[in-house]
Amino acid sequence: MTYRNPPTTPRKSATFDDYTLSEIRRAAATGIYDIRGAGAKRKLPHFDDLLVLGASISRYPLEGYRERCDTSVVLGSRHAKKPIELKIPITIAGMSFGSLSGPAKEALGRGATLSGTSTTTGDGGMTEEERGHSKTLVYQYLPSRYGMNPRDLRRADAIEIVVGQGAKPGGGGMLLGQKISDRVAEMRTLPKGIDQRSASRHPDWTGPDDLEIKILELREITDWEKPIYVKVGGARPYYDTALAVKSGADVVVIDGMQGGTAATQEVFIENVGQPTLACIRPAVQALQDLGMHRKVQLIVSGGIRNGADVAKALALGVDAVSIGTAALVALGDNDPRWEADYNELGTTAGAYDDWHEGRDPAGITTQDPVLMKRVDPIAAGRRLANYLKVMTLEAQTIARACGKNSLHNLEPEDLVALTIEAAAMAGVPLAGTNWIPGKNGF
Amino acid sequence: MPAINVSKATREQDHEQSRASTVFDLAEMPLRELNQALHNLTPGSNETAWEVLNPKGSHSVAVGVDQPITIDVRGSVGYYCGGMNDGSAITVHGSAGPGVGENMMSGSITVKGDASQYAGATGRGGLLVIEGNASSRCGISMKGIDIVVHGNIGHMSAFMAQSGNLVVLGDAGDALGDSIYEARLFVRGKVESLGADCIAKEMRPEHLELLQGLLDRAGATGVKAAEFKRYGSARTLYNFNIDNADAY
Repeated sequence: MTYRNPPTTPRKSATFDDYTLSEIRRAAATGIYDIRGAGAKRKLPHFDDLLVLGASISRYPLEGYRERCDTSVVLGSRHAKKPIELKIPITIAGMSFGSLSGPAKEALGRGATLSGTSTTTGDGGMTEEERGHSKTLVYQYLPSRYGMNPRDLRRADAIEIVVGQGAKPGGGGMLLGQKISDRVAEMRTLPKGIDQRSASRHPDWTGPDDLEIKILELREITDWEKPIYVKVGGARPYYDTALAVKSGADVVVIDGMQGGTAATQEVFIENVGQPTLACIRPAVQALQDLGMHRKVQLIVSGGIRNGADVAKALALGVDAVSIGTAALVALGDNDPRWEADYNELGTTAGAYDDWHEGRDPAGITTQDPVLMKRVDPIAAGRRLANYLKVMTLEAQTIARACGKNSLHNLEPEDLVALTIEAAAMAGVPLAGTNWIPGKNGF
Repeated sequence: MPAINVSKATREQDHEQSRASTVFDLAEMPLRELNQALHNLTPGSNETAWEVLNPKGSHSVAVGVDQPITIDVRGSVGYYCGGMNDGSAITVHGSAGPGVGENMMSGSITVKGDASQYAGATGRGGLLVIEGNASSRCGISMKGIDIVVHGNIGHMSAFMAQSGNLVVLGDAGDALGDSIYEARLFVRGKVESLGADCIAKEMRPEHLELLQGLLDRAGATGVKAAEFKRYGSARTLYNFNIDNADAY
């Protein structure tokens, strides 16, 4: 009988893991980078790494079902003649018609309006579906200027100048041929069926000095009525916030790398930009250094999922948060009821991110007339409103537990961090210590 | 009538104006009141001729106008003069800063002098005439506007131009029409270089007719369409193909 050495357990590389190997094989087979939708999927320091302290002897709580906890927020009070007042500090982020179907845009408008908040157009112009169903509509002013016209500018409630987004700071939009239907092509002045790559830079201004002049032009065209937001991807939040304020913005929007996109290179989504958590304190610091905190409002987006995330973001100093991916999930995105269809596309519910292909089983990220019928705008809008209501109630529950009669009274002193990384990024102490990495001398 | 107090004087036959004009002096009144007065105009207003004095490089002069009036700006302007113009006929009796006529919807803008960068950027309609030269990125992202430049244009002009016509009586700088979509470019002089996916194209009878019409409308008297070459998209980059990656 021959002796055989005991075998070792087959060991896969942590560096060359299954996903990495599959990506190398895919790249070798196709010769093109992977394009997908959504935001960063890698694990990142996030709001889960923070805890709220709640009340104790030195802080008394408010009664959960008795005492008022205000959730409203006013945006655009710095310069606009008509600032907007929202009932909740949770807005719907910009998502284009073209990327999303008409019924999906309508559902977002319906849900937001029921909840007393705003929706945002996106890189494809303003549709009647959205204007008609959104009481408060933010009109994005993007590098591509698709569909841009003064009439829509004037019937918007606010204008958001998009410099960048979290999934791809420094990258332009992308809408592949499958989704350029007749209607989308007409709205964007493009031939049907082409792969559309929108510009990454505005065509008629570069840098903060030009931006100031551009903001002046938009204010003049709209007679100084509309709040003007400036949205940036989470890249250099301190300086971007300061420069947006200097340029005359009423509201600064910062989108962290978990923020979704309709379509971008995977390598871009996962490797460029900063996590949402890392963007907040530098942005708030910039506002404080300029004496503009709460005068210029700060909106943060990218991975906001529940009322705890809302409460923690507000405690760190933001005025409102914005949701995109979570809103789509509330409408029905990645719903397991379409599992068989997801399987046919080689994926599974919860992982589907080929939003650019236009074959979304949930009927949201598509221009296919059959698929888009799967979204009932009234029912989906109701689900979004329910979800926003839950988020708001959750945030209020936390705020009352901290003794706050307004969500905006939450403060960094209400938070601790579970990890050193989160403590450093959020500028709050590591739980059980008074240590804020980077402060206190070390 | 504008609801606000506009400093105005009416004068007969001055410069080339033959009608009574509403005169707005930017040395005396702020820009905000000029634009507000222009926005307050309603269809049928009898204030159809406006004259703006002392612009002195002001930005955003006569932006967002949506009535079929004439506006004569006596001097040079800064950024975005006539931005998003929708129906008015603006004449700048001087030079224009960056972004003149940006996103114009309809109407016309004539610059008697030179224009800086991004002239006519993203314009959707109407006619922009630059009687002097235009700097870089003239007609960038144009979406239906007609632009006629009597002199030369700078580099990266008609970048990502989607639709409309750009006519240049002089020369064009580097990378003309880079990543162009369906806009038509007509250049009489030398083109320093063509951008990605932009090629010289055959000038067919319908192009000659279109071009001659534009030249006539732009006051380019004595210039013949046959003297121009046409450029447009090779359409090889419309759908991504890895073998074209070197083109970007």
